[in-house]
Amino acid sequence: MPPPSPHSCRGRIVSANFLDRLRAVLLAILLTAAFAVPALAGPFEDAIAKFANDDFSDTDEAIGAVAVSGNPLAFPIISALQEGRLSADPDTRKVFVTGSDGKIIDAATGAAVDKLPDNAAAVRLNNRLRRAVEAALGGLTLLSPDPAKRIAAAQSVFKSHEESALATIDSALAKETNKTAKAAFAEARAAILLYKSDATEIEKLEAIAVVKARGDQEAMALLTGLGSDVPPNVARAAASAIASIQSNLAMWSMVQNAWYGLSLGSVLLLAAIGLAITFGVMGVINMAHGEMVMLGAYTTFVVQEVIRTRYPGLFDYSLLIAVPLAFLVAGAIGVLIERGIIRFLYGRPLETLLATWGLSLVLQQAVRTMFGPTNREVGNPSWMSGAFELGQITITYNRLWILCFTLAVFVILLAMLRYTALGLEMRAVTQNRRMAASMGIATSRVDALTFGLGSGIAGIAGVALSQIDNVSPNLGQSYIIDSFMVVVFGGVGNLWGTLVGAFTLGIANKFLEPVAGAVLGKIAILVLIILFIQKRPRGLFALKGRAVEA
Amino acid sequence: MLTKLSHDIATLSRRRWLAATAGLVLGLAAFSNAKAADDTIKVGVLHSLSGTMAISETTLKDTILFLIDEQNKKGGVLGKKLEAVVVDPASNWPLFAEKARELITKDKVAVVFGCWTSVSRKSVLPVFKELNNILFYPVQYEGEESERNVFYTGAAPNQQAIPAVDYLMKDEKVKRWVLAGTDYVYPRTTNKILEAYLKSKGVKQEDIMINYTPFGHSDWQTIVADIKKFGSAGKKTAVVSTINGDANVPFYKELGNQGIKATDIPVVAFSVGEEELAGIDTKPLLGHLAAWNYFQSIKSPENDKFIKAWQAYTKNPKRVTNDPMEAHVIGFEMWVKAVEKVKSTDPDKVIDALPGIEAKNLTGGTSKMLPNHHITKPVFIGEIKANGQFDVVWKTPGLVAGDAWSKELEGSKDLIGDWVGKKCGNYNTKTNKCGGQGS
Repeated sequence: MPPPSPHSCRGRIVSANFLDRLRAVLLAILLTAAFAVPALAGPFEDAIAKFANDDFSDTDEAIGAVAVSGNPLAFPIISALQEGRLSADPDTRKVFVTGSDGKIIDAATGAAVDKLPDNAAAVRLNNRLRRAVEAALGGLTLLSPDPAKRIAAAQSVFKSHEESALATIDSALAKETNKTAKAAFAEARAAILLYKSDATEIEKLEAIAVVKARGDQEAMALLTGLGSDVPPNVARAAASAIASIQSNLAMWSMVQNAWYGLSLGSVLLLAAIGLAITFGVMGVINMAHGEMVMLGAYTTFVVQEVIRTRYPGLFDYSLLIAVPLAFLVAGAIGVLIERGIIRFLYGRPLETLLATWGLSLVLQQAVRTMFGPTNREVGNPSWMSGAFELGQITITYNRLWILCFTLAVFVILLAMLRYTALGLEMRAVTQNRRMAASMGIATSRVDALTFGLGSGIAGIAGVALSQIDNVSPNLGQSYIIDSFMVVVFGGVGNLWGTLVGAFTLGIANKFLEPVAGAVLGKIAILVLIILFIQKRPRGLFALKGRAVEA
Repeated sequence: MLTKLSHDIATLSRRRWLAATAGLVLGLAAFSNAKAADDTIKVGVLHSLSGTMAISETTLKDTILFLIDEQNKKGGVLGKKLEAVVVDPASNWPLFAEKARELITKDKVAVVFGCWTSVSRKSVLPVFKELNNILFYPVQYEGEESERNVFYTGAAPNQQAIPAVDYLMKDEKVKRWVLAGTDYVYPRTTNKILEAYLKSKGVKQEDIMINYTPFGHSDWQTIVADIKKFGSAGKKTAVVSTINGDANVPFYKELGNQGIKATDIPVVAFSVGEEELAGIDTKPLLGHLAAWNYFQSIKSPENDKFIKAWQAYTKNPKRVTNDPMEAHVIGFEMWVKAVEKVKSTDPDKVIDALPGIEAKNLTGGTSKMLPNHHITKPVFIGEIKANGQFDVVWKTPGLVAGDAWSKELEGSKDLIGDWVGKKCGNYNTKTNKCGGQGS
């Protein structure tokens, strides 16, 4: 114990008047606060030393003891533990906190330390301890001045429904002004009351109403976890709340399926849109299309590598930089392929198929030789990580951005074909090659550029797909079948058909998947397409008129 | 170099009918001049270097080359140098059988180290039986097999799946289970075993969700959302993942993005190791689990030495090591010891000598080859750390003996493999007859 304890003070000033006594007590408290830290072994110090044992149950006890110690160092210690900044020296059993600013302090005393001992190692956590840490931090940050932290704390209490937090929650709720935080506190309070054995029935019924209003999966988890040892009224209310949440969630799951379908459709569209040019417009069965996508993804990887080593600050812009580069790389290789191979094979679809298939294997193995067979890490920039909640569905940022990106690429491509000179020439050449040549259009140049454009767009698709899939030499293979499916289904030679085809397939797939499972769902889609093609061999939007025969 | 490249390309294209012939011709041409002097012992390496499995198997080829190199530095075996014969079965299952035949009949290898997927192992089995050679198979698999010519150095289900489930049940108090896997034989059999095991522990049918996805599945939105929903029933939920290969990266990315944290719903994976994590940003995956018999992060003098030598050999200071590599290390040492014991590379003699042979594993223990041709191994549960390595949070107290036949399944619980006493891979202990159910 610290030397100037209230008792010893009172011993000396026993005859002094009340004011003196009060002053002494205050002084004592102040001193206690000031000296508590550098004191000799006490319960707090004992708890801290347990961190050095490298034993999960000891660490668990230490977290509990530190969390309730009321020591001002408790919060920095536990948050350092969560972030892996708490280290312990197993020999001296000293524990250190490395601040987020790099400053090191002794966890038991708060004294600054120059550097960590050589054999100090970070205190290890497992999932059970991480939960304990979250709960402890929740308790410690309920009164934090930052509303975001208060909300997070209230939510972690909601999950843990730890009874000991009730008093703090009540006092926090009383003075809370932030609306969201207030709701979070009310929900946390309801969660505690719901599980508190001595709460009254009325309190529990009110709590159920609050939880029901929250209406999400966690609320349902809380209610279903309630068990059977509750008063019948409460059980009934809980059951009806569960039913109402369930029907609400069922409705949302339709919305969710639709969103997932859109998102899958956007990926399909992105992969297929380049093929819609090379296959749809030019009629080249390009089996190496997937490899163009892969090259785009590897371009992203190289860009990120350069940024990581040279300009780490630019990481969030890496994809923006990669998009034009991927277009150029894949487009240039596309032009080379057209000039080197495909132009000799126009009008011979089987030979084109085999040649481009062989080419795809060459490209795969070349990449495998250059970059190795294993996956390459392409990071998500911060603006593409995570998710947000819209009602009861989770929308991940990367999917949302890919959807926007795909639509943007589609619109730009459409505009290009429609309003630029190159677009006009492309359309002219594909509709009637000889007439276009007679009008002075260099048809072979246009062929090369069209193929380059299709390949370049596939490269751009690779940038986006690197965000959700493996960057490996096999990346392209998994998209080639889907791409052909989309283009054929949508109608060869029609970009709008590709758009509609991609989204139709995506949404159909996502509504089938929960019912039939991923494997059967995919098979069902293929069967449906086969049936559809029997009925309409030219796809959804068949080209009409002379262009078809050309 | 040029022949090698064109050979690779040619074998790769075998998936298509036209190039198949060309590949065979080129393949034969490439290896016909690979005759070597008689004073070497040839070791076959049958791992895919192209196609979908190249991502996992290429490392194992390098591992065997490394081990042969090390052994030759020590003077080889029986006074002869070892010589690797590397073929590329190109992730093409029938080609595995062809290449195995080529290794044994044409190159006259003394032993083959190879295969990854169970289907490739099943494809080469008849060849090894017919030509009587030895295969060391280094990958965790579904069990239900014990063959005279095959030595299984990877984990059987009771050396990986069952201990992992035990850990989750005891330590994480998991009550509800999602068994998610890729749709092929290993996940299906493992999940069947796990389902039977969970039910024997009192888990109800409604608390088990089984989900299969195609190879290379990349759109995990629905399934991850389903897992989230399944996990919100008020009982602690965990995912047991037998998802294989490329599908893992998008799966973990989706988990991270949808905010499923290991503290809420932990995922324990049987096919995700250091190599697979190399392609992902692991920060959102902190705390998700994997069960293996080896982790690179395990501290032991043997492991430190191995990692150093391996990284020096590959000239890559960041090159990771993983569990199937360790299985090859153990298998290779066992084979060398058996050959030295009988002073011959004759497959019959070596097969008889192998049971009982002991070899140090890299985690500080000694593994032993059992009469059922499986080995004893420790089991570790590791949590994914932010640096892509694993932190061991639990391990079995001792080494676990591999069961060829699962005790959980009705059809196989009475069977044992015993190639020493009974000379039988599926001996029925109830009827005391060889050749019960299964094969």
